[in-house]
Amino acid sequence: MTMRPDPTFHASPKLAMEAPPENFAYTLLLSPDFSKPDALAVIDVKPGSKTYSQIVHTVTMPNKGDEFHHFGWNACSSALSPLTGHAFVERRYLIIPGLRSSRIYIVDTKPDPTKAKLHKIIEPEEVFEKTGYSRPHTIHCGPDGIYVSTLGGAGKDGTNGPPGVFIMDCETFDVLGRWEIDRGPQTLHYDFWWNLPRDYMVSSEWALPPQFENGIVPEDLLSNKYGHRLHFWDLRARRNVQTIDLGANHQMALEVRPAHDPVKEYGFVGVVVDTTNLEGSIWTWWREGSQFHIEKTATIPAEPAPKEKLPPLLQGFGAVPPLVTDIDLSMNDRFLYVSCWGTGEMRQYDVSDPRKPKLAGSVHIGGIARRTPHPKGEAFAGGPQMVEISRDGKRVYWTNSLYSSWDDQFYPEGMPGAKVMANVGPNGGLELARDYFVSFPDGYRAHQIRLEGGDCSTDSFCYPSVWN
Amino acid sequence: MSEAGSAALWLWLGIVASGLYHGINPGMGWPLAVAAGLMEKSPRALIRALVPLAAGHLLAMLAVLLPFALLIALIEWQRQIQAGASLLVIAFGLARLLRPRHPRALARIPPTQLGLWSFAVAIAHGAGLMILPFYLGLCQPSGLHGGHEAAAGVVNQNLAMALLVALVHTAAMIAAGGCLAWLAYRYLGVRFVARSWFNLETVWAVSLILVGAVALAINLAD
Repeated sequence: MTMRPDPTFHASPKLAMEAPPENFAYTLLLSPDFSKPDALAVIDVKPGSKTYSQIVHTVTMPNKGDEFHHFGWNACSSALSPLTGHAFVERRYLIIPGLRSSRIYIVDTKPDPTKAKLHKIIEPEEVFEKTGYSRPHTIHCGPDGIYVSTLGGAGKDGTNGPPGVFIMDCETFDVLGRWEIDRGPQTLHYDFWWNLPRDYMVSSEWALPPQFENGIVPEDLLSNKYGHRLHFWDLRARRNVQTIDLGANHQMALEVRPAHDPVKEYGFVGVVVDTTNLEGSIWTWWREGSQFHIEKTATIPAEPAPKEKLPPLLQGFGAVPPLVTDIDLSMNDRFLYVSCWGTGEMRQYDVSDPRKPKLAGSVHIGGIARRTPHPKGEAFAGGPQMVEISRDGKRVYWTNSLYSSWDDQFYPEGMPGAKVMANVGPNGGLELARDYFVSFPDGYRAHQIRLEGGDCSTDSFCYPSVWN
Repeated sequence: MSEAGSAALWLWLGIVASGLYHGINPGMGWPLAVAAGLMEKSPRALIRALVPLAAGHLLAMLAVLLPFALLIALIEWQRQIQAGASLLVIAFGLARLLRPRHPRALARIPPTQLGLWSFAVAIAHGAGLMILPFYLGLCQPSGLHGGHEAAAGVVNQNLAMALLVALVHTAAMIAAGGCLAWLAYRYLGVRFVARSWFNLETVWAVSLILVGAVALAINLAD
């Protein structure tokens, strides 16, 4: 325990934006053929530094086949929750789950990110035994512990019972048990996030492990068997209070991004693909009284492409779906970034009016058919995928891999790991930074990014961004 | 001033001081009032949040004091009860020192139930125990060795005293917390919440041990 709150904990989103910029970015490396252990790369992002845009430290894990995907901090600004009354934990440990192995690694980033080291390993058996869940995925630092969403239930293929959320202690990292008391109709899981003072959580749906572990199952997709619902929860009562079906053709509702300012009772979710026309879409959800509502507020069309430029999976369609696989909202809730992993485009929407997103910026890089190179000249395989925004909103980072087996289906020519950054204009607009291109060791792909001191998909707040 | 009068003055000062101390501790809830005011952009919302915070704290004080108000009527056991209470306070302080973590149930109270939250948090931290020795000091019914009718009178007196002590303590607590909440809301901004937040966990546990030990020492010296 510390004597003062961690200086990287901020009471409001506005204070988080005013904090010093990040000097390091953490990025997960995965070995897609499981021939090497997965790793955590620490990248220097301090402008002017001699090692700028290079990996300065790597924490390699002792096992193979974990398949790193998402990760998160043990504690963040939510620790300033006035209800918890104790802000004396540190933003210090990265919680890194193996999506395929269900093993969880805890990495200590103190005293210095360049000396990060393995602190603890939670073996899969502990997760299975204490939660009945498997395939841990999204990590969120809550005021009362670490919340971990899972994609699988019990049993070898994770289909014995529904997946859900479990809680870990943010200091001892003990797995404490299931979060849900009443899950209602929820049987699939992907992402989740919340509004702490308004006391609700929102969760989304991807699929069960047999539908993703060995690659996308085209028959399941075309018969709309992937997730397409959003669940709204009473956070402290741990109860599902409402489920909204987006319509079966809206396959795979993934990232949930609530407004950071807790006064605002709305947020966004991205849908990967509409099976009727291959378009991707952005949906805005909001609460009125005790009821949640949602509507489709932006669509991104598929792009026609000649058969020879398409992988076998898409040849029958003659088009590239945008595949909206990640979205991220800036700290001031003004810009929503949308990864179009199929068409190779990063879009920036102005969502000042949350139900009327306006396209404000766009850059092309990679893509199944376009294959746009980086302005520096490097080839960029894959497309924009995991995206992370600096707290001040001026820099947007992203990597190119989605998930090992899916990468191979959509980009069969291979996908060397890559990470790029775009600068954001003061009133929107995106431009790729020519001097920022991180290449990774051979045989590794790159997935989620976390920024030193917190980022736009980590920190949640209990006080609004009024004058400070 | 008589010796008894001066002792009573010190005891009352202790009750007020512990109230101020509880009030400025963010763990007792003043940041909740700031958040309430800011979320609704209204100073009234801030004040509305102080009401359940005060009510919960008051009830937590009474929950500790009232059982002792009844017990202390057993005059022949008075010293033992006082010593026992002091030991209880010390033991709770030690427990807080050795295991500063909180019951997880606290995290399950929704933000709409501020009164319940305030009550639970005060109980979990032994806030009532901290003023118990002061209260027992004030209760000393010196020279009362009457029969049953006198005992009933003592009980009534002790109950009234418990209520008064709890009210005075809570008034001081909410005045201190309310002032900080208002300053943060009106002038200093939410930055003040994190800046002013010190880890009082150890200090709090030591305060309990100290209050218990002093009370025990006085009790034994008498």
